[in-house]
Amino acid sequence: MELLLVILIGILYASGAYLMFRRSMVRLLLGLILLGNGANLLIFLMGDIAKGKPPIIGADASFFKEIYADPVPQSLILTAIVISFGLQSFAIILLKRVYLLTGSDDLDTLNTHDKDI
Amino acid sequence: MIDNFIILPVLVHMLTAIITVFFWQKVGIQRIISVLGNSVGLILAWKLFLKTWDTGILTMQAGGWSAPFGITFVSDTFSSVLVLLTGITALCVSLFSTVAVSTQRIKYGYFSIFHFLIMGLNGAFLTGDIFNLYVWFEIVIISSFVLMTLGGRKPQMEGAIKYVAMNMLASTIFLTAIGILYGMTGSLNMADLAGKVAQIENRGLVNVTALLFFVGFGIKSAVFPLYFWLPSSYHTPPSSIAALFGGLLTKVGIYAMFRIFTLIFVPDDFMMNLFVIVAIMTLVTGALGAISKNSMRRMFSYLIVCHIGYFIVGLGLFTEIAIAGAIFYLIHDIIIKTNLFLMSGIIYKARGSTDLRRLGGFYKDYPKLSILFAIILFSLVGIPPLSGFWPKINLFQAALTAKSITLILALIFASFVTLFLIAKIWIEVFWKDLPKGDSEKGDELKSLPKEKKFVLILPVVILAIVSLTIGFGAEYVMQIAQKIASEMIDTRPYINAVLGHLPLK
Repeated sequence: MELLLVILIGILYASGAYLMFRRSMVRLLLGLILLGNGANLLIFLMGDIAKGKPPIIGADASFFKEIYADPVPQSLILTAIVISFGLQSFAIILLKRVYLLTGSDDLDTLNTHDKDI
Repeated sequence: MIDNFIILPVLVHMLTAIITVFFWQKVGIQRIISVLGNSVGLILAWKLFLKTWDTGILTMQAGGWSAPFGITFVSDTFSSVLVLLTGITALCVSLFSTVAVSTQRIKYGYFSIFHFLIMGLNGAFLTGDIFNLYVWFEIVIISSFVLMTLGGRKPQMEGAIKYVAMNMLASTIFLTAIGILYGMTGSLNMADLAGKVAQIENRGLVNVTALLFFVGFGIKSAVFPLYFWLPSSYHTPPSSIAALFGGLLTKVGIYAMFRIFTLIFVPDDFMMNLFVIVAIMTLVTGALGAISKNSMRRMFSYLIVCHIGYFIVGLGLFTEIAIAGAIFYLIHDIIIKTNLFLMSGIIYKARGSTDLRRLGGFYKDYPKLSILFAIILFSLVGIPPLSGFWPKINLFQAALTAKSITLILALIFASFVTLFLIAKIWIEVFWKDLPKGDSEKGDELKSLPKEKKFVLILPVVILAIVSLTIGFGAEYVMQIAQKIASEMIDTRPYINAVLGHLPLK
């Protein structure tokens, strides 16, 4: 399971980075989304995947004796997902506006006002 | 010391933002509420600073969960000084905005977003939890996205794409770094992390994580290879927004860098060398970029990049003198950069352009304003005894002690170029006659009613007075900077204040 996740995270990061290097704005956005998902999965993996081991401590014990499913990374991911959802929806609307204004999906055409050099 | 007062500077801006939302279309009321909210914010920030200065580090555990389990808010000298500076600049920019920002923009929620941004900044400065820092960062950037695009003109949108893409990337890298850090230590509390990271045996992994943090914050604060988004986006929004961005947004990255690299990842030789190299390159490339520009706003954008180098120098040399110099420079820089952009806004109002080739004759038309602007420009360069001069003494002294010739040369070069640019601006904007052909545009500043003109210029005067106070009261500011530096070198009081005990060795 861990190995599978590690490979998946690697693929997500690599494809995200690859898409970000493209000139198309939509690909840039897709790249950012993939990177964000990769980061979320990474946090999930960091919290030690332990199946069927809830983080509930026995009444007679004062600390966990064996490995348990850490709830903190899941709450972190939840926060991160909500935040990235907001950012991504903003970015999509922004792209649409830019497309309507410039009529182009090419990042290199965004320099109309860079003329004074 | 536990004190719930810490959270007030954050809360007051949240409340102001919410109240302005209820007056969505009523521009006049929004203006008044914003100025009032910022005034209260400034008073609270001042009280927080005094409290922290008198009683030492204050902490607050959110929800009563004791550290390191809950979210901690910490106000040490560094945080409280930055909250105070944020209060000053926010009040001035908000005053300026009441006249300078168009009614249309205010109707689209300029002031509420403005206050959410300030709330995020205060939160970022005060939090003691690294994931919470990430959340505050996100609040800051989403507010800044909205401010950046508000109005929706074409150049603004083009700038916004670069800004949004780079900031989202930076956040992802920051989040990745937090994930790995949590995997290594199982903690998110910065004071707790300080002890735990020091115990990790796999130093390679620690260094990689530190580098990830550096890249994440580096994009946000625009250091050398990662700064390209800044000059291509900061000149697009209205001056008041650019003032806020230029003064505070890049500095929050610097704040995070100082916090992380003094508390959690104390830099080793490799990191220190990296910082010095990055600092040199930032100083040189920022300066060169600024020379090549003809528009005032673009020039100032590159100057922001150039002067970011001074902070990284402090981190790279990592001696108490160097850090104190960098902190002093930070205090000076927040005020002066905000003021520069406000100044360019007033010039734009008067002339309808920020292009140096189309400006001129400002001294002839506005002699008093020109003298005010001269004070700002001279403070920026640091003609003694103005505020930019004192921190540079420290930085040069530290660079001399470290015997790094390249660094000294870079510092001199950056200062020299800044001086050159100031002379250029002075000649082109103030001395030279106004070029013919553009004069029919009319002078918007002259046609403003007297009280509006007063409100427009007042914030610039206030910030100039603050700059002068920093310059003439350098002794006291240096005391503050030195206290911050000593707290950074010896982090035990911070850890003790948060956790209630020293890290177990």
